[in-house]
Amino acid sequence: MILDFERPIKDFEERIAELRRLAGPSAELREEISRLEEALDAARRRIYSNLSPYQRVQVARHPERPNFRAYRDALTDDFYELSGDRFFGDDPAVRGGLARIADHNVLLMGHDKGTDVNSRVKGNFGMAHPEGYRKVKRFYELAARFGLPVVVLVDTPGAFAGRGAEERGQAWAISADLMTLARIPVPVVSAIIGEGCSGGALAMCATDYVGMLENSYLSVIAPEACASIIFRDPGRAAEAAQALKLTAADMKGRGIVDEVIPEPLGGAHNDPTSAIDAVGKSLDRVLTGLSDTDPEILREVRYERYRRIGTHASENGQGGLQRG
Amino acid sequence: MDAVFTKCEKCGQPIYEKDLRARFNVCPNCEFHYPLSAPERIRLLTDTGSFEERDGGLFADDPLGFEDYRQRLEKARAKTGLDDAILSGTGAIGGRRVALAALDFRFIGGSMGSVVGEKVARTIEVAGAEELPLVIVSASGGARMFEGVYSLMQMAKTSVALSRYVEGSWPYVSVLTDPTFGGVTASFATAADVVLAEPGARIGFTGARVIEQTTKERLPEGFQTAEFQREHGMVDRIVHRLSLKGDLERLLGFLP
Repeated sequence: MILDFERPIKDFEERIAELRRLAGPSAELREEISRLEEALDAARRRIYSNLSPYQRVQVARHPERPNFRAYRDALTDDFYELSGDRFFGDDPAVRGGLARIADHNVLLMGHDKGTDVNSRVKGNFGMAHPEGYRKVKRFYELAARFGLPVVVLVDTPGAFAGRGAEERGQAWAISADLMTLARIPVPVVSAIIGEGCSGGALAMCATDYVGMLENSYLSVIAPEACASIIFRDPGRAAEAAQALKLTAADMKGRGIVDEVIPEPLGGAHNDPTSAIDAVGKSLDRVLTGLSDTDPEILREVRYERYRRIGTHASENGQGGLQRG
Repeated sequence: MDAVFTKCEKCGQPIYEKDLRARFNVCPNCEFHYPLSAPERIRLLTDTGSFEERDGGLFADDPLGFEDYRQRLEKARAKTGLDDAILSGTGAIGGRRVALAALDFRFIGGSMGSVVGEKVARTIEVAGAEELPLVIVSASGGARMFEGVYSLMQMAKTSVALSRYVEGSWPYVSVLTDPTFGGVTASFATAADVVLAEPGARIGFTGARVIEQTTKERLPEGFQTAEFQREHGMVDRIVHRLSLKGDLERLLGFLP
């Protein structure tokens, strides 16, 4: 899939491929190719260093963007998947299990957006039902019981909005995750690798360390939904994305996340291996750093971090402006 | 003024506004529960003169510079006389001291931004520090999107505060009223020891209209009502507004 703003890049790529097919030993053609390659590189740099917030949202949603499966396959030596919420079913929108990442035994989980039509539909495009969130709670508790750090890869357009999800207590399942996450005595590390939308993302990223890929986003609401509520026009999603300040750079600037993980030029979908490698390095570093932390200190620091977050003005002038 | 009639939106019968007010906005004819403001909710639940407000004077900031947010805040303040969509403090319910907070739907749909999150968290902390039962009455459309990610993070803020409170042995009772949705239901409002709901209140994560638009599913009659949620095991009891104070007294009588 080609995003609109990537068109100039694709045009160069197609012309280069075309010339390559024609190119014999002709020096003239080779020169033309190398000229085009420079132009391609410049176009990539120009376009990708000036992405608007909504363009980043589109990159974050790109179907070829590496997702949970790609990270799982590339970063773990072994992945022993566990399934089911022990109440109702297994939700393939969230997967998890025991894993080894660079010598760390961890509990790895994440939203699974799938890789082809079948798996995308099966995983409901990463939108979990209550069963998914109850499985997450099970994983938090399992990790706590065995003292395993938790690694979460966040990539969801939000918790699923549907009849069955409501009938089986979507809100209850999410609040139970937040309550459990708040008190488990093991390190919890998350990386937002694509979409981090609404409570469905927060249930898995109110963690001790939050890394965020450069073109991923974190938001209370999808820009389209925000536009239809505030501007009464879903077509104004780009404005809403701008207003919501949802980019990785915004989050880092406001102290909501700890790290922006740079993406290869042209976005993670243009060079999945580099993106996955960068996330893997970050996870390894953070897990190593947290590995000897006293569980009570972990809980205390996690409490302080999320207890302080917010911004308000105080009338008596004592607190002044508090920013988390 | 006292002779002013209004027509019940639900049953169509004429009612005296005075009668409606005296019954805390419950129709004397069909018992339909109209929205109740936070100050009226506090008056309904607490023993006369026992309520002491805490954390007044916290005002929303506009952290994102979101179009029209400041104007919306000013309008809501003028309309309700409140600082934000919540009134909180301590009070007595049938002689039992509790920490209490009530959300107010008139104030930007009762939405949770930093001030609501902060005041909920402080109310939880007061309950913990003073070893009091905690009662929170919700009426909210969810997170306040004008505060962007800060509003999302209030779900985490209220959850970490609650996760400490529940390490103690005092009860948390959540009362869900019409409507309670989104980030409020998905955080403190459902993470309670006992969940009560008013008759007919609409309660859920995503609103029915959005579900119908996105899934094209036809939703059953009574979808997401308090009764629906009780039937699905999500709510303990449906309690009529005029019985709520007595019900809470009774419940708290069993608990530390």
